[in-house]
Amino acid sequence: MDVAPRPPDRGAFGRALGALIPAVPFLWLTFFFLIPFVIVFKIALSEPATAQPPYRPVFDLSFGLEGLSEALSQLSFYNFSLLFEDSLYFSSFISSLRIAAVSTVLLLAIGFPIAYAMAKAPERWRPTLLMLVILPFWTSFLIRVYAWIGILKPEGLLSALLINLGLIGEPLQIMNTDTAVFIGIVYSYLPFMVLPLYATLEKFDYNLLEAAEDLGCPPLRAFWRITVPLAMPGILAGCLLCFIPVVGEFVIPDLLGGSETLMIGRTLWSEFFSNRDWPLASAVAVVLLVLLVGPIVAYRDIEARRWEKAK
Amino acid sequence: MNRRFGFFDATALTLGFAFLYLPILILVVYSFNASRLVTVWGGFSTQWYISLLQNEQLLQAAWISLRVAFLSAAAATVLGTLAALALVRYGRYPGRTLFTGMVYAPLVMPEVITGLSLLLLFVAVDFDRGFWTVVLAHTTFTMCFVTVVVQARLVDFDRSLEEAAMDLGCPPLKTFFTITLPLIAPSVLAGFLLAFTLSLDDLVIASFTSGPGATTLPMRIYSQVRLGVTPEINAVCTILVALVTIGVIIASLATKRSAVARQ
Repeated sequence: MDVAPRPPDRGAFGRALGALIPAVPFLWLTFFFLIPFVIVFKIALSEPATAQPPYRPVFDLSFGLEGLSEALSQLSFYNFSLLFEDSLYFSSFISSLRIAAVSTVLLLAIGFPIAYAMAKAPERWRPTLLMLVILPFWTSFLIRVYAWIGILKPEGLLSALLINLGLIGEPLQIMNTDTAVFIGIVYSYLPFMVLPLYATLEKFDYNLLEAAEDLGCPPLRAFWRITVPLAMPGILAGCLLCFIPVVGEFVIPDLLGGSETLMIGRTLWSEFFSNRDWPLASAVAVVLLVLLVGPIVAYRDIEARRWEKAK
Repeated sequence: MNRRFGFFDATALTLGFAFLYLPILILVVYSFNASRLVTVWGGFSTQWYISLLQNEQLLQAAWISLRVAFLSAAAATVLGTLAALALVRYGRYPGRTLFTGMVYAPLVMPEVITGLSLLLLFVAVDFDRGFWTVVLAHTTFTMCFVTVVVQARLVDFDRSLEEAAMDLGCPPLKTFFTITLPLIAPSVLAGFLLAFTLSLDDLVIASFTSGPGATTLPMRIYSQVRLGVTPEINAVCTILVALVTIGVIIASLATKRSAVARQ
C-alpha cells in the first residue's frame, strides 16, 4: 500500500468527520446484519413456541447478570436435535448441497466458453458484450424464473415446438422436476459466473499461449496448463458467487421444482410461514449458516485480495 | 497477439445470448397475445395492459415497491459510498476484518437467512412490521452492492487532484464535495440504480420483513404466479423489463459520456 503524503492538519472537526466515514456504515451493518444473527442463534436455542405469537421477548437485560444467567439456563438444543432426528431436514440439507454443486459445475461449463469468447472478442465489441451479460442481471429475478414456467410446462412452448417438429410424441414432463430447477438456476445465475471469469480472462496475457504453441505445446494442453491456472481466481470467485446463494435458494425450487425437490431454503420458508415454528426455522438457518461459513470466508478473502492488488 | 476469435467463440456467444434473452423475449411477445393460452397466438392485443390498469391491488403494490426502492436505494447509496471510502481510503483500523466480512457476506448470503434474521431483529426491538421495516431491510442488503460498484471506481482514482486542492487550503469536506464526489458520480449513480432494481426485485427478504398493508409488487406477482401463468403478469413483467432496460441504457450512456469527458 502506498503512503500518501500527510494532508495539512485537518483540525478537530476534520478528524471527527474522518472517523465518521467508516463508523456510520460499520454501525449500520453491526445493527442490521451482525446483531440479527445473534438473535437467530438465541431463538434457535429457545423452546419451540408454536402458539401465537410464535416468539417471546429475546433480550431482557433489565434483570442484569442474574437475568442473563437465567436466560442461559433456558437455552435448549431441542431444535437442533430435532433437525438430526427428522430425516426431512437432513435430506433437504444434502439435497441442497447436491443441487448447488451440480448447478455450479453446469454454470462453469456453460459460463467459461462465453466468458472466454468475450475476452477474445475485438476490443470495441467488449463493452457491448459486457452490457448484454449484465442486463439480464438487472431484470427481475422473479420474472426470469416465471418466464420459464410458460416454456417448460407440459402444455408450454417447448413441448409444443418439439411435438410440431415431430421429435417427441408426448408433452415433456420437465416442469416440477429437478431438471427444471437446474435450468432455472443456470439461467438465473449465469451472469454471476460469467462476470468474474471475464474479469480475469480479460487481463490474461495471450502471448503466453503463443509462446507455449511456439514451443510445441498442443492447444488443449496449453489451455489446461496455462489458461486454467491463471484464471483460477475468477473460477473460484464465480463458483462461490453461485454456489453459496444457490444452497439457500427459495424462489427457483418453489416455482419450478416439484414437491419432491427438497431444498433447505424451501424447508426454512415452510417452517416459518406454514408451520409458524420460528425457533425451528432459526435452527435451520443456523445450520445453513454454519455450512456456508467456510465458502463465505473464502469468498471474502478472494475479493479482499483482488482489491488489495488493484490498489 | 493471440486473441483469436474463432468459430467456437462465435457459437458460444450466440448460444449463450440466445439462452439469456429468448425466455424474456418470449414473455414480452406473449404479453401482446390476445389469447389466454401460451401456445396459441390469438393476434396482437393490448387488452392485458388495459386490464392491468384496472387491477387496483397490483397498482397499489407497484406504488409501494417504487417508494420502498427509492427510499432504500437513496439510503443504501449514502451508506455504500461511505463503506467504499472506508475500505479503499483507510488503512488498518480496529475491526477492519470484521467490516470487510460484513460488507462481502450480504452479497452471497442466502436471502432466506437475511430475511429471517432481520425479521427477528424487528420483533426483538418491538418495531411494527410494515413499509419501513422493508425499507430498512432493503437498505441493508443493497448497500453492499453499492459499495462494490463505488469501490471499483475509487481504486483507480487519481488522488493527486484531491491533494492539490487540500494543499491549496481547501477544507476536507469541501474537497470531497467539489472534487471527489463529481469524479466518482457515475459509479455512485450506477450503485443507486443497482440498489433500486435489486429492491424492486426482491421477494424473499420483503416477504419476511413486510407487514400488513405493505405488500410489494414481487410479493403480489409471486402469489399470482403460484396460481398459474396469466397474460396480465406477462404485461407487468414487460413493463418492468422495459423500465430496467431504459435505466441501464441511460446509466451506461452517462458513464460513457463521463469517460469521454475525462479523456
